[in-house]
Amino acid sequence: MSKACNLRFLYFLSFICLFYLISSPPVHGQSQSPSGVYAITHAKIFTLAGSPIEDGTLVIRDGKIAAVGSSVEVPAGAQVIDAKGLQVYPGLFDAITQMGLSEIGAVSATVDTTETGSFNPDVVAATAVSPSSEHIPVTRASGITEVLAVPGSGGFDSGGGRGTLGGQASAIHLAGWTIDEMLIKKSAAMVLNFPEIQTQTFDFTTFSRREKPYTEAKQEYDRQINELTDWMDRARHYSQAVEKGSVSKYDRDLKLEALAPVVRGELPVLVFADRARDIRNAVEFCDKQKLKMILAGGEEAFKVKDLLRSKEVPVILRPMLSLPDEEDEPYDRELSQPAELAAAGLKFAIASFDNSFARRLGQNAANAVAYGLPYDQALRAVTINPAQILGLGNQIGTLEQGKVANVIVTNGDPLELTTDVKYLFIKGQPTSLENKHHRLFEKYSNRPKASN
Amino acid sequence: MRTTTMLNASRLRSPILYVLCLLYLICLPYSASAATPPEAPSVVLIQNATVMTVSHGTIEHGAILIKDGKIAEVGQSIKAPAGAQVIDASGLFVIPGIIDCHSHIAAESINEGSVSVSSMVTMEEVLNPDDIDIYRDLAGGVTSANILHGSANSIGGQTLVIKLRWGQPASKLPFEGAMPGIKFALGENPKRSNFSSRGQPQRYPATRMGVEETIRGAFSEARDYKKAWDDYNKRVAAGEKNLIPPRRDLKLEPLVEVLEGKRYVHSHCYREDEILMLLRVAKEFGFKVRTFQHVLEGYKIADELAAAGVGASTFSDWWAYKVEAYDAIPYNAALMTRRGVIVSINSDSAEEATHLNQEAAKSMKYGGLSHDEALKMVTLNPAIQLGIDKRVGTIDVGKDADLAIYNHDPLSAYAVVQKALIDGRVYFDREKDIANRPEIEKEKKALTEKLKKAEKKPEEKKSPEKKPEEKPKPPAPASTPTAAVASQGGAL
Repeated sequence: MSKACNLRFLYFLSFICLFYLISSPPVHGQSQSPSGVYAITHAKIFTLAGSPIEDGTLVIRDGKIAAVGSSVEVPAGAQVIDAKGLQVYPGLFDAITQMGLSEIGAVSATVDTTETGSFNPDVVAATAVSPSSEHIPVTRASGITEVLAVPGSGGFDSGGGRGTLGGQASAIHLAGWTIDEMLIKKSAAMVLNFPEIQTQTFDFTTFSRREKPYTEAKQEYDRQINELTDWMDRARHYSQAVEKGSVSKYDRDLKLEALAPVVRGELPVLVFADRARDIRNAVEFCDKQKLKMILAGGEEAFKVKDLLRSKEVPVILRPMLSLPDEEDEPYDRELSQPAELAAAGLKFAIASFDNSFARRLGQNAANAVAYGLPYDQALRAVTINPAQILGLGNQIGTLEQGKVANVIVTNGDPLELTTDVKYLFIKGQPTSLENKHHRLFEKYSNRPKASN
Repeated sequence: MRTTTMLNASRLRSPILYVLCLLYLICLPYSASAATPPEAPSVVLIQNATVMTVSHGTIEHGAILIKDGKIAEVGQSIKAPAGAQVIDASGLFVIPGIIDCHSHIAAESINEGSVSVSSMVTMEEVLNPDDIDIYRDLAGGVTSANILHGSANSIGGQTLVIKLRWGQPASKLPFEGAMPGIKFALGENPKRSNFSSRGQPQRYPATRMGVEETIRGAFSEARDYKKAWDDYNKRVAAGEKNLIPPRRDLKLEPLVEVLEGKRYVHSHCYREDEILMLLRVAKEFGFKVRTFQHVLEGYKIADELAAAGVGASTFSDWWAYKVEAYDAIPYNAALMTRRGVIVSINSDSAEEATHLNQEAAKSMKYGGLSHDEALKMVTLNPAIQLGIDKRVGTIDVGKDADLAIYNHDPLSAYAVVQKALIDGRVYFDREKDIANRPEIEKEKKALTEKLKKAEKKPEEKKSPEKKPEEKPKPPAPASTPTAAVASQGGAL
């Protein structure tokens, strides 16, 4: 071919490419780009790893954030979302839920949160998570893209009940055809419901309180601590035996095997404790056993904040929207606690501890702001903080190059009640916002007027 | 109903704390923080506020003049009369006090669940003015509440509307002149689907069929009872002497009041079919249902509800806790509203009632209601449903000065109640509440020290004459856990 021909051919080729680029249809949240490349443009981007970008572009490629900035080029072949007037955030992370483990709280056949028996370190939440749970599409429509599914921790939707070592909590994306596609980390933390000195228990069958003298309750508590300590000791010995290679397959103990990474300090232990005394006891125990402790619940964390800070124990807080236990506590005790903990320099996340109420995560964080928590700290408490606390901070929680593309595009503050999520990306895939509630709304909005 | 405290029913109680609570409750009337009613200034002026009247729009830089507990003037600038207590509400937002149409606070017990028809019991007789949840809900902007019996019975106990007059005795809580009510319940709770009592025989009804027949049977009896008394009264009026009146039946009398339109029916319900069932039964016996409560499938039969003229009082976004709640959607309130139903959003929970303004806001997101339509969900609409809209529910001249003052537009998660007024009296003041906290802490410490000393020297116990006058009350904050747990027995 002549040189002139070459050039003309080249011009023709570029024109075709340019034409294709310009005519790329905007993504409507349902169609997949054949190239797996998406670009969100003209948005105000809150990366949470620096100042917000006023007029930014975020590029997603192969499930990850490829680039984010104010002068990022839109790659060829990318599906473009013009997000002018909209805002972009990392998807929210709900650090304690029963997501997928419970469908209808009152129906035990649908509840898989809590195994029987006090010591089940080997059970894994991911095994029981139902990818078809209606809670998943409902929850992600509110901008939550990943959660920790936690076994054995009680909860409104769990039907009550919890053991001491409840099992392994699994971090999952809220999208995927199978659990394998959803997994972020199968074993993210070990659940430990720390024993309480129970001088008062509630009997649901007779609807009455039962009192127990303190000495008796303390005895029971000591027994439980001894049993727990015994499990830790055995796990330690088992771990050492495995290292030495002296555990043949006949000697394999699945429960101790599950506890081994915990006693080696590799797998964090998610310790559920609310009262100051329990938290203190738990910190002392984990310190002694050299466990990596994460405090879950922390209703009275404010009473022991100095201890928690000095031991560098992060906290995953119960919802702010809850009443104090004691009649003489200030009415806004739980609402103002995050502000108090932040001022004391504690690292914490805010979680829903629930399933059907997981979509209130943003609302809880906003309430913390209303009662004194700085806004950006509230936003971090439901994004990067839970990620870092669970050792996943390098994968998710901020909008940075190389991280998993869990991204939400909203028409406003993601913590405010009236904000809508317009586009949702999980693992870099546009994810539908459609869910059971919206479907029923559509269906009955279209019911013809009934003739009476 | 749902509180996180319900889940942690087993609480740590050291003996010190146990006795401390006992002592604290006993000393309550004498402590600085004791519930005493606030002063009652004859003239109050709230000025420089954004006044959301609900009835006639929002007034920027508005003012409200209150005289003897009633709204005397609403406008842009009102001159403060001499002697007026002035509340400078610059930067603040005033709305009508929130009305919670489904509440179980301020009551010693919730469910007379031993029988299926317990219309003879009344919530008024178990009012507890010392329930701390009254104060907490006030702090959430609630000024009136519909105190309901639980949902363990097809026909439950008599209900009443109260104002949250914290510090007043029980006799001063009922909303004067409000129509009395009665609670019905349909579905899983009255048929005890989710509550198994070990060793106890199953109570009738156990199916939705039985629930219908329980109600029909009771009204059939009530109709006969009414006839017997009407006949008797007619004969007495005609001059007959020496007549023996029919035997009184306290169970049937409230049902006769329902038949005569003198008592409102508030029926807990979930599924569309059971809602239509009650409408059928009501038509059969000639009475009206005033409100359907929860009514989570109301959106499926919104037209039927609108045609029947029944109010709907529902949750913002609760779902999936039991089977009959599995089809619940947060669009319920908006969908029913669009089809002509008067809808309110309620709490059924002392905790939820502390942020009903936020729950109302959700109907803007889910279904696109406007700001004022959403605000109505917790102000004018519940007032209409409870028949108290001539007194409360909007900011209008002549109405009671029941108001909630926020530091932000109330339809936002960032809004915090600064003051709550009932009858023109400031029953909740956040600034004062915060200022009082060190005092309470000091008192608590002093009591704890006293207790510790008393425990160490049991021989030096006080002589009988020095015993406190009140008889010991049950320890532990009974309000939250008891109400929550009892609610678990049937308020949902």
